Amino acid sequence: MLDKALKGSSIYWGWLIVLLGFIGTGFLVYLYQFQEGLRITGMSRDVSWGFYIGQFTYLVGVAASGVMVVLPYYLHDYKAFGRVTILGEFLAVGAITMCLLFIMVDLGNLPRLLNVILYPNPTSILFWDMIVLNGYLFLNIVIGWNVLSAEKKGIHYPHWVTPLIYISIPWAFSIHTVTAFLYAGLPGRHYWLTAIMAARFLSSAFCSGPAILILFCLIVRKFTRFDPGKEQIRTLSSIVAYAMILNVFFFLLEMFTAFYSQIPGHMHPIVYLFSGLEGHAKLVPWMWTAACFAILALLLLIVPATRRNENTMILACISVFISTWIDKGFGLVIGGFIPNPFEKVFEYWPTLPEVVISLGVWAMGFFVLTVLYKIAVSVKEEVAA
Amino acid sequence: MMAMDRRRFLKITGLSALLGLGGKTAFEWLAPGEAEAAVQQATKIAGKKWGLALDVTLLDEEIMSKSIEACHAYYNVPNVGNAKEEIKWLWKETYDHSFPGQENEYLADKFKAKKFLLLCNHCTNPPCCRACPTKATWKREDGIVMMDMHRCIGCRFCMAACPYGARSFNWGDPRLASKALNPNFPTNPDIPTRSKGVVEKCQFCAERLAKGQMPACVEAANKIKPNAMVFGDLEVGDSNIRKALRSRYSIRRKPELGTGPNVYYLI
Amino acid sequence: MYDRGKIVTGIVIGLLLFLFPVFYNVGRAAKEPDPVLTDKAKQAKECVEPKAFMKTEHMKMLDKWRQEVVRDDLRTYKSTSGKTYTKSLQNTCMDCHSSKSKFCDQCHNYMAVAPYCWDCHIAPKENG
Repeated sequence: MLDKALKGSSIYWGWLIVLLGFIGTGFLVYLYQFQEGLRITGMSRDVSWGFYIGQFTYLVGVAASGVMVVLPYYLHDYKAFGRVTILGEFLAVGAITMCLLFIMVDLGNLPRLLNVILYPNPTSILFWDMIVLNGYLFLNIVIGWNVLSAEKKGIHYPHWVTPLIYISIPWAFSIHTVTAFLYAGLPGRHYWLTAIMAARFLSSAFCSGPAILILFCLIVRKFTRFDPGKEQIRTLSSIVAYAMILNVFFFLLEMFTAFYSQIPGHMHPIVYLFSGLEGHAKLVPWMWTAACFAILALLLLIVPATRRNENTMILACISVFISTWIDKGFGLVIGGFIPNPFEKVFEYWPTLPEVVISLGVWAMGFFVLTVLYKIAVSVKEEVAA
Repeated sequence: MMAMDRRRFLKITGLSALLGLGGKTAFEWLAPGEAEAAVQQATKIAGKKWGLALDVTLLDEEIMSKSIEACHAYYNVPNVGNAKEEIKWLWKETYDHSFPGQENEYLADKFKAKKFLLLCNHCTNPPCCRACPTKATWKREDGIVMMDMHRCIGCRFCMAACPYGARSFNWGDPRLASKALNPNFPTNPDIPTRSKGVVEKCQFCAERLAKGQMPACVEAANKIKPNAMVFGDLEVGDSNIRKALRSRYSIRRKPELGTGPNVYYLI
Repeated sequence: MYDRGKIVTGIVIGLLLFLFPVFYNVGRAAKEPDPVLTDKAKQAKECVEPKAFMKTEHMKMLDKWRQEVVRDDLRTYKSTSGKTYTKSLQNTCMDCHSSKSKFCDQCHNYMAVAPYCWDCHIAPKENG
């Protein structure tokens, strides 16, 4: 089926070449980072994780969201989603590819990456994260490929795929729970030390991922002869709506605990993010932007008229993306480190090399996604014919 | 021989390659081990639970500076020159930054101005060791939370896990730190430097303990004022540190987190 | 053959890339390694282990040493000759073999290996 990726329109090839450009540039700048060390990023002794890990966290959520199409279809026989499960699974593959790449570019000593396998430490959540992420990648590749391949041949997929599909459903929840555990178990970081971290992660995953999937479905409809379907998109938008409501609700719960208890450790990171601490306020405009887009998204998603109208729904999905990306891909990681363990504020901002490398990784993910989507769509077009 | 299609050929080749590699590894794993030629050195100071008590009343800024100098000089800790990439194993902080949960608006002026020495607490229940995916940092049997620079992959999870900000990362190559700020680098040719991309911190001078010497900071401080720093085995009931802890009131940093820090501040 | 032009071109390019190291290094044979012992090493007569063993096994031995010193805190080595040594690249091995360029690098450069030991472990200062 890979040959389907080798035949495409000029737009397809043009897009891939643009992506290759970003990938190449990102790679060259990464070589510079490899040579100089991570000092070329904005990270510091106090904010020791930054943009890379933030992007990783956000993308694990996007990857987990594949389950939002798989679960209704396989567990509840919601036949309509049969058209889009493959798109959800391939989205997961692209997202996990980006996650793994972001971890790799963030490591201080990348050549020693295999130490995690050679000298494993089962008490480390990073160890488990490596296992569940790679497992989920493997599951989605195998399931997606085999189901698509069977669809192409017009037969039922082989029976050994079925248990894998059933495993992939709780596994999807696990990848984001384990990623949340990276943060939620650290005693010194009060912004993260909350039981609701995993629930927040899952809820933001299940609104941001399907929102992205909706946007991709619309792009697929526009550029190919395969239409994922109006009903499918409508159901997905309902999922985004409920998940976004939960996401915002959980955040408000955090605000209540922090500000009603008045405990400084709980309040200070949120105060830093939304109003600034000791004169440091780099993230304030960003967090309020996220909040505004979240409110806009909620309005557009809750009101049935705007949810059903495709144009306003697109706006809602973009709003969800912007809001969750800022909150999770940026605010979450940095908020955990500020103020530092000495109650001092040392701010963080990504540097240009950091951003270029990150764009390279995103481009790599989009490259994988484009190729896989091309294959999936070509098969579906062929079958429909 | 039956006709084979391309797909089957590729499958068989791939599987053989995997088995071939796996077989070699398995063979090496199962091969009989070599005879142990490692021997415990005679000079080592042994202990069960190393701890450090800092006498806040005796430690003034001069002694603290000297002990920091001794530590950083012994271990070739570079002066990177900016707060962003700073590497510090032992350093000074004011009261409210050393003990953030103990804010006190009406604290006596002499304490408000006082500096405290901070370092890795070599916790009894260290979150950093739980977090490390490769056991590049782990708790030894004698209580020291040790770093293995050969194994660290630079993921910095331990830095996120440490509630005390005790860990530093080599954001760049320490040997390339400014010559103006590090005129005699490396200050100690007997101890390796580190490379870029690994985390480092105080290790209670494990190398010196092995040679029968006290930690560098303790030696430097006590030279100026005896018993300014008391290093000893918390498990031994009549050790100097236990005696000090019995006779004086002491506090630790953030004990409510359950980490069990083993650095005590004798008030 | 279908696409003969493309295939042959591809094979030629592939061969050129694959054999590039050969072309690049034609006429530039590396100098035969000539490790020189310092006076101190000559006086000591024997290394931690016999020369033949060290030649083939020093890499594994150093790897074992670093594991044992750092992780197990076992810092003394009892050689097959019965003598004890402190396990340390920069303080024991390089105490005798104090010229990295005249000793260690000789074989390493010839074999085109670049062990990263000296990124951290300090090689003794060399004169001139």
